[in-house]
Amino acid sequence: MATRVATSSNQLNKLGVGKLSELPKDGKYGDFGGQYVPEILIPALKQLEAAYESIKTDFEFQRELKVLREEYGGRPTPLYFAKRLTEYAGSAQIYLKREDLVHGGAHKFNNVIGQALLAKRMGKQRIIAETGAGQHGVATAMVGAMLGIPVEVYMGSTDIERQKMNVYRMKLLGAQVHPVIAGSATLKDAINEALRDWATNVQTTYYLIGSVVGPHPYPMIVRDFQRVIGDEIMGQTLRRDRKLPDLLVACVGGGSNALGTFYPFVNESSVHFLGAEAAGAASLGKGSVGVLHGAKTQVLQDEWGQISETHSISAGLDYAAVGPEHSLYKKLGRGEYISVNDEEAFEGFRMLSQLEGIIPALESAHAVYAGVQRARKMRKDQLIVITLSGRGDKDLETALRYEQARGTV
Amino acid sequence: MNRLAEQFEQLRTKNEGALVAYLMAGDPDPLRSLEYAMAMEAGGADVIELGLPFSDPIADGPTIQAAGVRAFQSKITMKSFVQIITEFRALSKTPLVVMSYYNPIWKMGEETFLKQIVEAGADGVAIPDLPVEESTNWLNQCRKYHTSRIFFVTPETDDGRAKKIAEQSTGFLYLVPRYGTTGARDELASHTASLIQRVRPLMPAGLPLAVGFGLSNKEQVQTVITAGADAAIVGSALVDKIAQGVSPETLMLFVRELKDGTRRSASAAV
Ligand SMILES: Cc1ncc(COP(=O)(O)O)c(C=O)c1O
Repeated sequence: MATRVATSSNQLNKLGVGKLSELPKDGKYGDFGGQYVPEILIPALKQLEAAYESIKTDFEFQRELKVLREEYGGRPTPLYFAKRLTEYAGSAQIYLKREDLVHGGAHKFNNVIGQALLAKRMGKQRIIAETGAGQHGVATAMVGAMLGIPVEVYMGSTDIERQKMNVYRMKLLGAQVHPVIAGSATLKDAINEALRDWATNVQTTYYLIGSVVGPHPYPMIVRDFQRVIGDEIMGQTLRRDRKLPDLLVACVGGGSNALGTFYPFVNESSVHFLGAEAAGAASLGKGSVGVLHGAKTQVLQDEWGQISETHSISAGLDYAAVGPEHSLYKKLGRGEYISVNDEEAFEGFRMLSQLEGIIPALESAHAVYAGVQRARKMRKDQLIVITLSGRGDKDLETALRYEQARGTV
Repeated sequence: MNRLAEQFEQLRTKNEGALVAYLMAGDPDPLRSLEYAMAMEAGGADVIELGLPFSDPIADGPTIQAAGVRAFQSKITMKSFVQIITEFRALSKTPLVVMSYYNPIWKMGEETFLKQIVEAGADGVAIPDLPVEESTNWLNQCRKYHTSRIFFVTPETDDGRAKKIAEQSTGFLYLVPRYGTTGARDELASHTASLIQRVRPLMPAGLPLAVGFGLSNKEQVQTVITAGADAAIVGSALVDKIAQGVSPETLMLFVRELKDGTRRSASAAV
């Protein structure tokens, strides 16, 4: 196994960040985070934060959330021992956290249900969202239908093209889908447009952001609603093996399934975090500190601060920035982040399909590949949990085209 | 006193409001954007607001987004941006304010950025995505370089916050009456006058109040000046003309007409 977690509380104090689990402090994760948004949105962010603080301890809210997560969303999700994958890697024991089995087919629901209930509580009449792979849009459309709140989704036209089925799903669920043609016409541009809509309709509209990105308090809210993944993993591994995992692996787009997986373990220094970014969108691996979509964080940009266009086979990882909390984990060495290219991700995609009968989302396939590679360097008695953030049905067309182009099918 | 303060002082003695005219640097190319800036000046613009293009302009509507795309197509660089300011300053004493999103400034370093544009002849900077809370270092740098720092107030900003923002602002306070992004609109938000009246008493004496986002014609300029603003900012309506490829003279005439709306004696007659 690679480097042990090196962050002592001493180091943290020197950086003035205090205990990692207690962040954000004043909306910041060390130097990262903040609220870099137009003035029109600042009061709305303050209202959101106040509303969020009030539901944290609200018994009724939390009970409704729990019931819907279980009865509508299908939680808790299983922790599955991937026997053949483990044999294939030939070393550490590999478990899969099955977020692909959550209603809608991805972890996105965990966050959406929480925020949608919050929107309802705040009396908002309309929900807007951005989406990359379409999974967040689908989850929002689904929950909007269930709660009876109209939903409008912004989606880059490049993503609309490569995630057609999800566009149809959103429409079927009653949401309006607005194509965004600006810039690279992917997730980043969809967020820009959602922010513009929010600034215009801030009095009536709730912006339901889909990852641990954006201005404070969004990265915190999304993390808190996604931490159910890590909380369940903790209970499941303790019950099953009487110990904590040695390694947690997740893919990182904006970083919500990864942070949801990692965060509950942040004070457990024996648990190593491995995030898999798309090689063509590796903001942690290849970016530098910048400000995008309201937060100071690692960003892919050119030398004069223009945001770069990104390229990944998976729409959900095709994003030029990352959640500010990951930027801090990376800076402190609390998390390790590696790049997985399209070809490697595809290998992960096929591997899991053929060895375990589980077709992962192309996003999640990045984590599968990274986890298997790392398992080979670990001991047999060690335990890995790979978060399978979503299922691959949405990607079949992309995968087929990819294989046809290479003559492998 | 810097050029911006002097300009507002002079206009006050003439009983005129200021016309702030916006354009995007590099639209349609650096040289022609300089020509357009000069045309605005000649048409009577009292302040030029020069936009630095950014890849992700979240506060801008389609018109200014498109101007940014054209500027990038013209291969504008930070160097040519600074050069436009230098050339403008060699030809004109009219105050110039830079409008830039925060990331290009952050990336270059707040101080390096300011030093360059101030040496070139800029008088102030407005950053639509930098609220006062994130501005501690920026304020210090602006003090150091005697540059006006222009912050924004909106209908959502409550009195306490508006007061705090106004206290940090120099040059002028930028009041945005409309919800949403930049872009020319046929109608002025109905609460514009009451918003001006609400914000004015919260401001330090002598700080000019400028109203912008959505103003597109002389009547609207007149309305905000009559309602008590010290300046009217026109952006998208001018950028629309540039997008149509009008001659600098045509732009000049349009600016002249807008400028007419700032004369209080004239507006009283309407
Ligand atoms: C299945 C799946 N996994 C991962 C992601 C990436 O998002 P995040 O990094 O926030 O988990 C997405 C986003 O669309 C997704 O659909």
